[in-house]
Amino acid sequence: MVISDGNDGREKPLLPSENGLLSRPLEWKLSQVFGECAAGEEVQEVDIISAIEFDKSGEHLATGDRGGRLVLFERTDGRDLRSRKELEKMETSMVLRHPEYRYKTEFQSHEPEFDYLKSLEIEEKINKIRWCESTNNALFLLSTNDKTIKLWKVSERKVKKVLEMNVDSSFHFSNGNTLGQFEAHGPVGSLSNGSTSDWIGSSTVGTFMPPSNGIPSLHLPVVVSSNEFTHVAKCRRIYTHAHDYHINSISNNSDGETFISSDDLRINLWNMEVSDQSFNIVDIKPANMEDLREVITSAEFHPTHCNILAYSSSKGTIRLVDMRQSALCDRHTKLFEEPEAPKSFFTEIIASISDLKFSRDGCYMVSRDYMTVKLWDLNMGSAPVATFKVHEYLRPKLCDLYEKDAIFDKFECSLSGDGSRVATGSYSNLFRVFGTQVGSEEATTLEASRTPNRRAGHPLQNSGRNLIGFGRRTGGKGSDVDMNGGYSFSSKLLHLAWHPSANLIACAASNSLYMYYA
Amino acid sequence: MDLTIIKLYDQEDEQKIMSVVDEPLYPIAILIDELKNDDIQLRLNSIRRLSTIARALGEERTRKELIPFLSENNDDDDEVLLAMAEELGGFILYVGGIDYAHVLLPPLETLCTVEETVVREKAVESLCKIGTQMRQNALVEWFIPLIKRLGAGEWFTARVSACGLFHIAYPSAPDHLRAELRAVYKQLCHDDMPMVRRSAASNLGKFAATVEPAYLKTEIMSFFIHLTKDVQDSVRILAVEGCAALGRLLEPQDCVANIVNVIIEFAQDKSWRVRYMVANQLYDLCEAVGPEPTREELVAAYVRLLRDNEAEVRTAAAGKVTNFCKIVSLPLAVHSILPCVKELASDSSQHVRSALASVIMGMAPILGKEATIEQLLPIFLALLKDEFPDVRLNIISKLDQVNQVIGIDLLSQSLLPAIVELAEDKHWRVRLAIIEYIPLLASQLGVAFFDEKLGALCMQWLGDQVFSIREAAANNLKRLAEEFGPEWARQHIVNQVLEKINNGHYLYRMTILNAISLLAPVMGADVTKEIMLPVVINAAKDRVPNIKFNVAKVLQSLIPVVDSDVVDKIIRPCLGELSEDPDVDVRYFAAQALQSCDQNMST
Repeated sequence: MVISDGNDGREKPLLPSENGLLSRPLEWKLSQVFGECAAGEEVQEVDIISAIEFDKSGEHLATGDRGGRLVLFERTDGRDLRSRKELEKMETSMVLRHPEYRYKTEFQSHEPEFDYLKSLEIEEKINKIRWCESTNNALFLLSTNDKTIKLWKVSERKVKKVLEMNVDSSFHFSNGNTLGQFEAHGPVGSLSNGSTSDWIGSSTVGTFMPPSNGIPSLHLPVVVSSNEFTHVAKCRRIYTHAHDYHINSISNNSDGETFISSDDLRINLWNMEVSDQSFNIVDIKPANMEDLREVITSAEFHPTHCNILAYSSSKGTIRLVDMRQSALCDRHTKLFEEPEAPKSFFTEIIASISDLKFSRDGCYMVSRDYMTVKLWDLNMGSAPVATFKVHEYLRPKLCDLYEKDAIFDKFECSLSGDGSRVATGSYSNLFRVFGTQVGSEEATTLEASRTPNRRAGHPLQNSGRNLIGFGRRTGGKGSDVDMNGGYSFSSKLLHLAWHPSANLIACAASNSLYMYYA
Repeated sequence: MDLTIIKLYDQEDEQKIMSVVDEPLYPIAILIDELKNDDIQLRLNSIRRLSTIARALGEERTRKELIPFLSENNDDDDEVLLAMAEELGGFILYVGGIDYAHVLLPPLETLCTVEETVVREKAVESLCKIGTQMRQNALVEWFIPLIKRLGAGEWFTARVSACGLFHIAYPSAPDHLRAELRAVYKQLCHDDMPMVRRSAASNLGKFAATVEPAYLKTEIMSFFIHLTKDVQDSVRILAVEGCAALGRLLEPQDCVANIVNVIIEFAQDKSWRVRYMVANQLYDLCEAVGPEPTREELVAAYVRLLRDNEAEVRTAAAGKVTNFCKIVSLPLAVHSILPCVKELASDSSQHVRSALASVIMGMAPILGKEATIEQLLPIFLALLKDEFPDVRLNIISKLDQVNQVIGIDLLSQSLLPAIVELAEDKHWRVRLAIIEYIPLLASQLGVAFFDEKLGALCMQWLGDQVFSIREAAANNLKRLAEEFGPEWARQHIVNQVLEKINNGHYLYRMTILNAISLLAPVMGADVTKEIMLPVVINAAKDRVPNIKFNVAKVLQSLIPVVDSDVVDKIIRPCLGELSEDPDVDVRYFAAQALQSCDQNMST
């Protein structure tokens, strides 16, 4: 097993290595599980994970859920958390170590709201999370629901206690006037925000007397820090009232200063520091809504070129926009489109791109539509470089899927740090990993469960790029089985993320977070 | 010690206040304790009174206790940190004077690293304030190490702040430290983080101003050239901004050799945001560059910007057209810029036309009478017919500049329809804007033209549906009366206004009352008493209470205008009646007015 350092092959990730050897398919193993349901436990709707994102270094992972919460995880391996002895003992196994995470903190990012003007309920569900540059040991991230984007700062603070005050709180009450709620007061107070005490301000007290013997001398409050840490999440900015439709993506710019947010018809450009103003840069709303032919499904900034962004549409096209050309970017610089395919009632629906990602070097993009993952070379708009079929066995069932609305499910995709593989989700909590290098036949199917390779013998496993067959599942958990040829459309794996440098995939199956390494 | 200014809390209990005052340290103690209070308002209050706390503690304890305490206090709310950064900027006095100024650096250094930009900027500002007062050896001993620490900071926030401090310390630094400082700055210009490079770009001009000419030409220019080639648009934009400042520092020939070429390159940058910035800065740069030939080159660049593909760039360029014509020779302006102006007048973007309209009148004095009539007049006339109200308004607002050159007659034919159309625009803000310009127009067009064409409009606005328009209309009448004199006003305004008091709707009657109170001071005692006062007195019998209490208010405003016996004989009895009105508001305002009567009598 090799742990990629993220720089390996970054220059030309998609070319066969010089000696002609392809990296072998990875063997995936379970690393960690968070939030697994106990047997018989009912999954709460609010706990279902709706967004996953690693930060740039891979040191942190954030998940958002339908209840509007953000949960943060931090990497534990290779940190100074173990004793020296332990580290020494582990030294032999060091080489094999893969990233491991632990729960760091969680907080409520969004609350359900009601737009009274439009008489519209706004769900608290987190649609997207993006990490920003961290400073001063604090983490910054953007999170969005359908309408409102928030910038969060999560910092670690030592618990501080204010020890001495000039005016002891006990002096504030004349005898017999002590109210119940103040009774428990000692001179020592501690509060989580690290800068306050629980000493009750004199303004809140009805009758108080200064100490009869006066104040001998002035001194500053003595603050003592303990070794305990608390995590404080603070909302720094709220970017709101800029979207008429539901926000489907946010993406920050490499300039560290701006980010975009896109809804069905428009893309807005924001400055991180300015929350009351944004610029509309793409607007595809037709003068007459009856002429509406496509919607924006996802938008993403180029990882290094601050002026380039790409957005995908429900028609399966990707448009590249150069913000240098003009202030309004309604006209694209480059169009990425699959050559005309045979039409059927469903082709338009399944062509809709549900996710779009740049490779780390910015030379390639991957897009996910309902049936496939496509790899695009930024220099070639005429056709994708490669197309990976995710669950071709569903093709005869499209009618069924349409009736169940499952055909509108939005699966995400994620490239590995070196760009040599792409992962994406499917039904029955399955996800697939494809090799993107030329000539690679790698096409692994894994299940988000404690035994990811349980399906190794399954026909899906052997079918690579040219997979056509579909299979019938025979085993599995009872709850998974339904009437759809053994595949459960309700347990879908929509959200997953690949660690930026290591071969580690974090994926969400309902309310559980599974991590696999190779 | 000034302790009387301390805010006292919940002052219901007399005894409590007494005891607080008895104990001089008590308020200070509270103030100090509240530096750590839960309530941000109280913490903010304490921070704002830091100087009071410092005076109470004395200089030594301030240095040894308060300042270290504040240095620790860096995880508070932004508002508190911002206030702290500001207070510390003026704190030298409280720590024992210039000799101890350096003790203030540590807390400000911490504040230079927080993530909130405004706090960092304030901290840098305060550091600069302190640094300029520090002695040379103290700068070397304390300030320069601080710059180096920030410049090598782990987080970009520190490095961003560092960029803004170099110009303070550099002049005082000995040679070897100067070299070191330049090296640190170079590093910052090459930083990985665009935020840092942006800060280096925007502070380069300030730093360059302090650097010796020899290094300016070599090192600083190389930093500049490096920044101008940055891949991030946002960095290049700020590099452009610094162009003019750098240009001024250089000898003209160096400026031509280095800066002008860069600017010309920038003017063709791929990014419209960079070109936009060039369009905004080009005029300043031309000022900085002396000789004529370079101007020619820059004019060529400017002309390209006027014809840019991007409307934003054209808008920025169009807004500078008059300034530009001022600094280039007349033939060059007529030959190269004027054709562009003609194109811009029919630009597809209303914002471009609007920007052009706001400055184009200023070209008239530059071009002179003949060229204006021949070349500019058609453009003025075209813009006056623009479909976009802002364009027309912008032309009208600058009418005086043209009037001086060619007289108004040539324009008046087109002017009138434009004004009338704006006066009846369906957007009340447009109507409001044109009303604001009416006094200007009146003064330019003259009494005769005004009476004939605009007088009726001014009266019409008094009956507008929108209150703001009616209010502005009343005010407009007052300004016209001032412009043309009371005699004219008596003939052309007063009677027409007073007639409208019989309007069936009380809101319109109220407008008239308002107009009366505005006109009265201009018209003088006689006209007020003879003509206007009776109307007001009559209105006191209105059936609507709102009118009645407005009558009381108007009467109050008339008291200083008219003679005292008029007050006694006419105004006071009327107010007396109103003060017994069944409506409480009417009684209240009548009583107020009566009070003014009394005061007027006594003085």
